[in-house]
Amino acid sequence: MTQPLLEMCDLYKSFGPKHVLRGFDLSVAPGQSVVIIGGSGTGKSVSLKCALGLIQADKGDIRLDGKVLKKSSEREEMRRRTGMLFQGGALFDSLTVWENVAFLLLYRDGLDRKTAKDRAIETLAKVRLGASVADQRPAELSGGMQKRVGLARAIIASPDIIFFDEPTTGLDPITADAVNDLIVEHVKALGAAAVTITHDMASVRKIADDIALLYEGRILWRGPVSQMDNSGNEHVDQFVHGRADGPIQPAI
Amino acid sequence: MSGSAINQIASPFASIGRATLSGFREIGSVALFAAKVLFACVTPPIYLRETWRQCGMIGFYSLPVVGLTAVFIGAALALNIYVGGSRFNAEQLVPTIVVLGITRELGPVLAGLMLAGRVSAGIAAEIGAMRVTEQIDALHTLSANPTRFLFAPRVIAATLTLPILVLIADIIGVMGGYLVSVGALGFNGTIYLRNTIDFLTPDDVITGLIKAGVFGTIIALMGCYQGDRSGGGAGGVGRAATLAVVGAAVLILASNYLLTAAFTEGG
Repeated sequence: MTQPLLEMCDLYKSFGPKHVLRGFDLSVAPGQSVVIIGGSGTGKSVSLKCALGLIQADKGDIRLDGKVLKKSSEREEMRRRTGMLFQGGALFDSLTVWENVAFLLLYRDGLDRKTAKDRAIETLAKVRLGASVADQRPAELSGGMQKRVGLARAIIASPDIIFFDEPTTGLDPITADAVNDLIVEHVKALGAAAVTITHDMASVRKIADDIALLYEGRILWRGPVSQMDNSGNEHVDQFVHGRADGPIQPAI
Repeated sequence: MSGSAINQIASPFASIGRATLSGFREIGSVALFAAKVLFACVTPPIYLRETWRQCGMIGFYSLPVVGLTAVFIGAALALNIYVGGSRFNAEQLVPTIVVLGITRELGPVLAGLMLAGRVSAGIAAEIGAMRVTEQIDALHTLSANPTRFLFAPRVIAATLTLPILVLIADIIGVMGGYLVSVGALGFNGTIYLRNTIDFLTPDDVITGLIKAGVFGTIIALMGCYQGDRSGGGAGGVGRAATLAVVGAAVLILASNYLLTAAFTEGG
């Protein structure tokens, strides 16, 4: 088996009395797309934020290329190799679309504005957005276009790892499918390791190589997408078929 | 005496203790935040384009509100001094007291308070909304430090532009006093302006501008601090804006006293 690029090992995270992660383990290899599924409030976003260092885990290790990340400089190095598509896009309102896409080139790599804008327009074309949107503000775009701009921002620096936080939430099925296609296309093109969290089973079937079910703070089941419908695990079965009855209690 | 009776007697003291500790914790938290941001303001990298943009947002767009405040304050001050001065046959002091009152005290304090409302609340709401919509998290993932990219440009811009605004407010305020004095109170325009200039020293203006710089720092810092720690959706953002205005206004008035006392002792 290929050596994992990113490993989250035995992560624990609590917020006051609420124990969100309780021995969370996940690894992802280069070129592999892992999708984490699970009910609302089970800690999917927390696990991503722990991996990115946005939240400090109470216990456990994050490993990149087999090396435990301890120092802030090592975490910074990981962020340099990471792209992230946020649930709501998280585009900067005060910047234009092209400045959002080229943010890393402008502010991290110090490219001049003309070169950075050209690269941003090239990357926008890769997510099927024309140059005409480059000078618009994010608020002028539809939800689907904002997601595509977020994707362009995530891939512009050719990251080794890409995180997708509910990439199709709030989109109509056709736009969601288009976003899924773009995700598959660019993850494959970059050969990146991808970790996605979503509730959208259509999205799961399209973009996942492996699926991991998060339940009670740990990965309860992991397997290839082809085994999802015949996992033999009643939790997975309930989630995949969207049934209220079963071992997973609805979050209401 | 039973345990519950002791608890009842001690309860007010416990509340005072908790409030005191909470107050010290807040002061410490603000001080640490301020130290972190001020360090980022004076060490590279400094995002000049963002700082320049903030100078426009904070300075240029505040000009109308500061100008209007200054003209009405100057006019009202002239009327009040005229009424008070006429009781001692000292009406001729109107231009001198107007210019000293505006440059040393009212210009910087009122401009500071107006900007606490306009700028501090705006910064807190903007940064609070950025936190709620994960834009601050996005900055981290894009290898940008929010302290340097968001907070430092705002603090630098407010510190640099408030003295300029106050200088303009000083001129407009004096003109407000001039218009009322000449137009309504029967002063001779030439004598009014000569009295204004003759009794004004560079120190009067400079102390006001130093105060303005300090107030600018406070306004931006409080906006950034409250915005950064906001949470809980739209309600949290609204609360952050309110706390930023209240905190900035109180700190402006407190620091105004301390600075005035220091300048007075310094001669």
